[in-house]
Amino acid sequence: MEKVLLKNYGKPDSHKIENYILSGGYKGLEAAVKLKPDSLIQLIKDSGLRGRGGAGFSTGLKWSFIPKDPTIPKFLCCNADEGEPGTFKDRGIIDHDPHLLIEGMIITSYAIGASNAYIYIRGEFVFGTNRLQVAIDEAYAKGYLGKNIMGSGFNLDMYIHRGFGAYICGEETALLESIEGYRAQPRKKPPFPALAGLYAKPTVINNVETLSCIPSIVEKGAEWFSKIGAPKSPGPKIYCVSGHVKKPGLYELPMGTTVRDLIFNHCGGMLHEGRALKAVIPGGVSAPLLTPKDLDTPLDFDSLAAKGSMLGSGAVIVMDQTTCMVKSAHIVTRFFSHESCGKCTPCRDGTPWLTRVLGRIEHGEGKPGDVELLESLCTNIFGRTFCPLGDGAVMALRGFVKNFRDEFQFHIDYKRCMVS
Amino acid sequence: MFSENARKELEAILKKYPNKRSAVMDALRVAQNEGAGHITKADMEEISRVLEMPANEVHAAATFYTMYRVNKPVGKYHIQVCANISCSLMGADHIIKHMENVLRIKTGETTPDSKYTLSTVECLGSCGTAPMMQVNDDYYENLDEKKIDELLGRLK
Repeated sequence: MEKVLLKNYGKPDSHKIENYILSGGYKGLEAAVKLKPDSLIQLIKDSGLRGRGGAGFSTGLKWSFIPKDPTIPKFLCCNADEGEPGTFKDRGIIDHDPHLLIEGMIITSYAIGASNAYIYIRGEFVFGTNRLQVAIDEAYAKGYLGKNIMGSGFNLDMYIHRGFGAYICGEETALLESIEGYRAQPRKKPPFPALAGLYAKPTVINNVETLSCIPSIVEKGAEWFSKIGAPKSPGPKIYCVSGHVKKPGLYELPMGTTVRDLIFNHCGGMLHEGRALKAVIPGGVSAPLLTPKDLDTPLDFDSLAAKGSMLGSGAVIVMDQTTCMVKSAHIVTRFFSHESCGKCTPCRDGTPWLTRVLGRIEHGEGKPGDVELLESLCTNIFGRTFCPLGDGAVMALRGFVKNFRDEFQFHIDYKRCMVS
Repeated sequence: MFSENARKELEAILKKYPNKRSAVMDALRVAQNEGAGHITKADMEEISRVLEMPANEVHAAATFYTMYRVNKPVGKYHIQVCANISCSLMGADHIIKHMENVLRIKTGETTPDSKYTLSTVECLGSCGTAPMMQVNDDYYENLDEKKIDELLGRLK
């Protein structure tokens, strides 16, 4: 497959505007401003593009919810708060091809009628923030941002808002709270951001990878895009592979590439010869893990949902036979506990409780009945939290316990690890 | 207290937003950079005056986001080793232990000369190049003992 999202990745000075333009950049914008905003929204709907942040919602449909009244100010927010453990694709785009994102954001702003756009980038990405700011300044200097962009009469200003260490800001309404200067705790929905988002104005929030798909769709057409990969979730997808494989990294492949093809073909197989695959987390740590019997599952939204897991952010974490599942579950749950925003009780109190129980099992101090206690806590958290963070913690842990219950029990019974 | 440069930076930041409160995160960051890596009560009071928002709400923001260090000074080099899943699979425990041995401190502590603070941190989004760590603003990836020793030798 011809690369779309990572086509400039790793090329010398790929972040500079002159090289981006030489590689065909800003042609999508040139074509977009000749179209009516409504035609653009229809084009993105027709392409079948689904949000790459995790939820997989139709991007064109999301845009179409924005009111058409030109007197109401509107905002575009790019969610670059990449924080789902295992995920590093947005950082890849920002560091290597910031103009791809900026072009996607300009086109999107034109389509929804936004005259202000914010990039919410996680605070640790200092290098990427500096790259993006230089790229934004370059785009202003070339007339792709500012007043009367490419003679279209359309005006757009673009700003960076730096997060400062809070996974919850990946949740779109928490992200809005954060830009407004509050603690990032999710808002009640409805109203949805399309009607009352940033500063209570209509707002679209899209992920970096989603926005980076836009220029090529405008340039090459909806049909071209819809024919790549899985029919119901088409397009290119960046898989972030980490853990026990020979060649970890970013892989741009057609959506729906199987787990087996990704690990054993593209990534060169397992890191250590003679060690078997034990488990794969297919979509960031919130996604319940898969076991070797699921290797032929296509990595797309619907196929993974059918397996009881999810594509999430496309972070594929590979574990070999030496991996302790109790330790891994403890790390993952500790993460959710650390990142719980504190707004609702089941998540604020439940995730630390899970972490404490997992910690004592891991350290040989587990008590009989602890596995059942974990399950009961999961039941009391799942579906009872304000936002999906608590559900994510439960789904992840249930995946570990369901598939490797004997390892947890062994830790409790024998006060030591079964595998290492 | 804000220097002349910090005040100028803050003025530019305020232009990004339709209201002053939205600048609170940037203002806290500027204060932290000015204040040798941590934020004091006086900083938050000044931000409250400049942004015309209640001091307790500045404090609320400062204590929510983990990168702000409220009344928690760190060494000249703040070493944060990722301990999340992908780094753990690739040997983060070993990296942390090695760091503790070389610096002769436990995780969470600062060396007596205030040169290094060692922390563990949740995922930094560098999982394909695990194990990794961040020293102040910079990422160091695909770590091993040799790379760490070389780096510590370079940090003055």
